[in-house]
Amino acid sequence: MFEIKPLGDAAIRVSFSNDISIATHQKIKRFISVLEVEKIKGISEYVPAYNTVAIYYLPYIISYNELAGKLEEVYNTLPPEARYQPIVYEIPVYYGGETGTDLAYIAKYHKLKEEEVIDLHSSQEYLIYMMGFIPGFPYLGGLSEKLSVPRLEHPRLSVAAGSVGIGGKQTGIYPGSVPSGWRILGITPVKLFDIHNTPPSLFTMGNYIKFFPVDKKEFTRIKNLVEKKKYRVKTYIRSCEHD
Amino acid sequence: MTAILKVIKPGLQTTVQDLGRHGYQQYGISPSGAMDSFSMQIANILVGNAVGEAVLEASFIGPELEALTDIVIAVCGGFSPKVDGRKVPMWKSFLLKKGQKLQIGPSVNGARAYLAIAGGIDVPVVLDSKSTFLSSGFGGYKGRALQKGDRLSGSPVIRKPFKSLHPGLIPQFEKELNIRVIIGPHEEMFSEKSIIRFFSETYTVTPKSNRMGYQLKGPKLEHINGPDIISDPVPLGGIQVPASGQPIILMADRQTTGGYTRIGTVISADLPLLAQAVPGTKIMFSKVSIEEAQRFYLERGRLIKLLAMTVK
Repeated sequence: MFEIKPLGDAAIRVSFSNDISIATHQKIKRFISVLEVEKIKGISEYVPAYNTVAIYYLPYIISYNELAGKLEEVYNTLPPEARYQPIVYEIPVYYGGETGTDLAYIAKYHKLKEEEVIDLHSSQEYLIYMMGFIPGFPYLGGLSEKLSVPRLEHPRLSVAAGSVGIGGKQTGIYPGSVPSGWRILGITPVKLFDIHNTPPSLFTMGNYIKFFPVDKKEFTRIKNLVEKKKYRVKTYIRSCEHD
Repeated sequence: MTAILKVIKPGLQTTVQDLGRHGYQQYGISPSGAMDSFSMQIANILVGNAVGEAVLEASFIGPELEALTDIVIAVCGGFSPKVDGRKVPMWKSFLLKKGQKLQIGPSVNGARAYLAIAGGIDVPVVLDSKSTFLSSGFGGYKGRALQKGDRLSGSPVIRKPFKSLHPGLIPQFEKELNIRVIIGPHEEMFSEKSIIRFFSETYTVTPKSNRMGYQLKGPKLEHINGPDIISDPVPLGGIQVPASGQPIILMADRQTTGGYTRIGTVISADLPLLAQAVPGTKIMFSKVSIEEAQRFYLERGRLIKLLAMTVK
């Protein structure tokens, strides 16, 4: 599937499928990597999502019809397969305690021990399908079905920056303090968004996140390093991936 | 860098804005920027600035400011200024002398006013823009709306002669608006009746309207299969319809992505008028083609370019 639609008069929306899948995600990755090389005049930015990409452009440089034609060309000449070596970010999480108040609920809901919840949550490499919602927020895929829990009936007015939560079938981290209906199982001391960094967001779509548990002491130690800008998030290259 | 203005009263929500922060939506960063970019650009033209220079955007109740040095300013938009208690004209540049007090508003017929200062406003450029992004707390003046006692700096220049906009070009902010829309991208998720309803009935701007979005009230729009979509990118002017069936028009500080169906997108040329809509404003939506919308877009761009060259 490939469908092009106007998104108002200064953006175009390209859809690649009707659902969320790794195959669609990889096609989107290939599509935007070609866009990056082609450098079509008039494009100001693009925003990849689960199954669509929005391309923002300047209509006084390129019209809708011209750009739609060029995007179709890009799609038709997409390489059939590409190899990627995504980065996996290792994110320390202090599970439970005052900053992970819903860990007990999640354990009870699934009749698991808290340690088992932590093991399950921190054993997975989560794919960053897209970024959005608030600055630096990753939409992740890959949560074990054994950990899916209903959202809070009454969302909290605010959760702390760095909170790691589960809402329905999704897990994620909040880079800033926001209202949330997710169940919070822990917190990371890592700063996910900083306007002084280039790019300002730690994560980019197409890479992965892996959580690792730390105790309160280690959490505090890392937090201090983060504040002094002396903490570097560990990364590794994910074993070769292709579609 | 010279201190130019001191805040006596901050007003309801006064922020530093330029034409927005572009290129970072892929990281979840909203573009922000002046809501009524037309009035904002005219204000800059009148004081001889580049059209994209940062200005102050006031909402409903404007600030009271004291000049800390002589500055040339212009106020454009929906409400008018007073200097030391005396009304002064809008859409016109003039000299505000050191020690004089400028009061902007309260609102007369529009929701926002723009104050441009010859020589601009000195705030740090954050991710290529001086715009304030309120919900994330960065950009503009310390990432927030102005507060009592704040002091703004600039590089003031006394530019003469003073300039004014031809009265025929001053936008009229009406209580009844016809807003043009490009349909989609989720039009097929609404019942046919709802699409007809949307383009034939009247919707009212509610008080729950701010820089993030305008919540409207009117005949309920029905979804065929619920309001949820797989989250996708949200443009400026996108008209989101959640389960309530009441549309929300997404504005400058919107989230970059959203999970609700969108029935259409307001065309760029009509966004400045919408940005000035006060609660109670009645809106009728009409459908236009992408080709028409882009013609209006280009016309608007040409007008601003022309004014930048010819306004005297």
